[in-house]
Amino acid sequence: MKIWLIRLVVVGGLLAVWEIGSGTLFDGYFVSRPSAIVEAFWELLTSGRLFYHAAITITEALAGFVCGGLVGATTGVLLGRNETIGKALDPIILVFYSLPKVALAPLFVIWFGIDIEMKIILTATIVFFLVFLNTYTGVRGVSRELIAIMKLMGASEGHILGKVVLPSVVTWIFTGLKLSVPYALIGAIVGELIAANRGLGYLLSNAAGQFNTAGVFAAIVAIVILTILLNLAVRLFERRVMPWQTEQQTREISI
Amino acid sequence: MGQLAVVLGGEPKREACAGDTLIRFKGFGKSFGLGSGALVATRNIDLDVAAGEFVTIVGPSGCGKSTLLNAAAGIFAATAGEVVYRGTAVTGYNRNVGYMTQSDHLLPWRKVAANIALPLEIQGKSKNEINRRVDELIELVGLDRFGGSYISQLSGGMRKRCALARVLAYNPETLLRDEPFSAPDAQLRLSKQLEIRDLCLRLGKTVLFVTHDIDEAIALGDRCVVLSGRPGTVREIITVDLPRDRDLYRLRSDPQYIAATGHLWNLLAPAAGRPGESRP
Repeated sequence: MKIWLIRLVVVGGLLAVWEIGSGTLFDGYFVSRPSAIVEAFWELLTSGRLFYHAAITITEALAGFVCGGLVGATTGVLLGRNETIGKALDPIILVFYSLPKVALAPLFVIWFGIDIEMKIILTATIVFFLVFLNTYTGVRGVSRELIAIMKLMGASEGHILGKVVLPSVVTWIFTGLKLSVPYALIGAIVGELIAANRGLGYLLSNAAGQFNTAGVFAAIVAIVILTILLNLAVRLFERRVMPWQTEQQTREISI
Repeated sequence: MGQLAVVLGGEPKREACAGDTLIRFKGFGKSFGLGSGALVATRNIDLDVAAGEFVTIVGPSGCGKSTLLNAAAGIFAATAGEVVYRGTAVTGYNRNVGYMTQSDHLLPWRKVAANIALPLEIQGKSKNEINRRVDELIELVGLDRFGGSYISQLSGGMRKRCALARVLAYNPETLLRDEPFSAPDAQLRLSKQLEIRDLCLRLGKTVLFVTHDIDEAIALGDRCVVLSGRPGTVREIITVDLPRDRDLYRLRSDPQYIAATGHLWNLLAPAAGRPGESRP
């Protein structure tokens, strides 16, 4: 309760200073004001433009997220279980991992054009590396002792994969997915900023092009809301897929 | 006792007569790494374990106690000598043994019953049979009411019993057990271990039991193998002259028990107290 009060005071105070200070303390042309942003956001909302552009960004982010996540998790499991190939490819993958993937955007424009595919591929590339590395680490982290115990029980490679490796890697895959949510949006929006006539990124750059500061902030607010919703969705999904994790959390609390 | 026969399930595996040699370490040695930098874990181990026998293994840290278990399980090959199981040299994974490592390695995403079912699933048993066997095993180890709990909701002792039930589920004739160091409540631990010993004996299991605890080593073992410091060799084999049925309270005052633990304490003390003097 107290924490919420503090939060309310901080946010409310900031907004109040912004609203009152705009035009007196700082130049309203550059910072706009909360009331103008709400107005711009409302206009976006009621005109339906927000939903149109948000739907495009969500499509790009989700498609990239799913493709990158699937390919990343699969590659992570395969390379994690195959020691020789894994070791051989390790350094190559690390080089690509350390490259800021956004830098590939111009190249993707040349290769795939400026349509929705380019944003999906950019997003998928970013998500792939995050999910792949987490999965790979998880597969490598499966206890060799546990695998030995299972082999003594007569387990085949299929048993080990299905009954131990995959379930224990789920946690890692989700860590990768959770990390990926903001990056998936970054991929989609950066793609749109570079070249597009649709999507929240376009809305943002279009408003900026017209020096409509309130419009820029309204687009940013929309992006923030989208991020929160996507994060929430992943968390709900996680709870459904891994109920034992929540049990663990409740136990910690009940001690 | 009728219940035990059910748990053992169907016809017994090639039953060894009690007293026959089941596991034989012949000049067994194991080193890790190559050349001059190789770490010699154990060397020249000669040890015969009879079917149905409960053998405890003690020794200073790093003397290769766990190495003996790993070799009996066939997890790695000997670098010198060999390990023979029922007359055949152990080369790959030895399916006749069940291994309980220091960490229980239960699967946190499965409930207790599903953990115990794991080896039965691997064997491809039918759902009905799995359910029936799991129920029996849960009762056998005293985890009734906890079949539907996740592992994270169990206490340490319950986890151990769950791991025991899992290993008993596929009915291996030999159990390899590697006990972690120390427990906060030594008395309770010993009485629980005696219960498990009793269960293993009733089921006719042969047990190789690695421990750091002097009381445990004597109280549980029919024989106690004392290893020297690294590289581990057999220093002495103490035959524990106690009745098969053991009771914690009677043990405390049994002169045999007191003499044996005192002797073992003396054997281990120099190596623990003055590491420089541990034998080459």
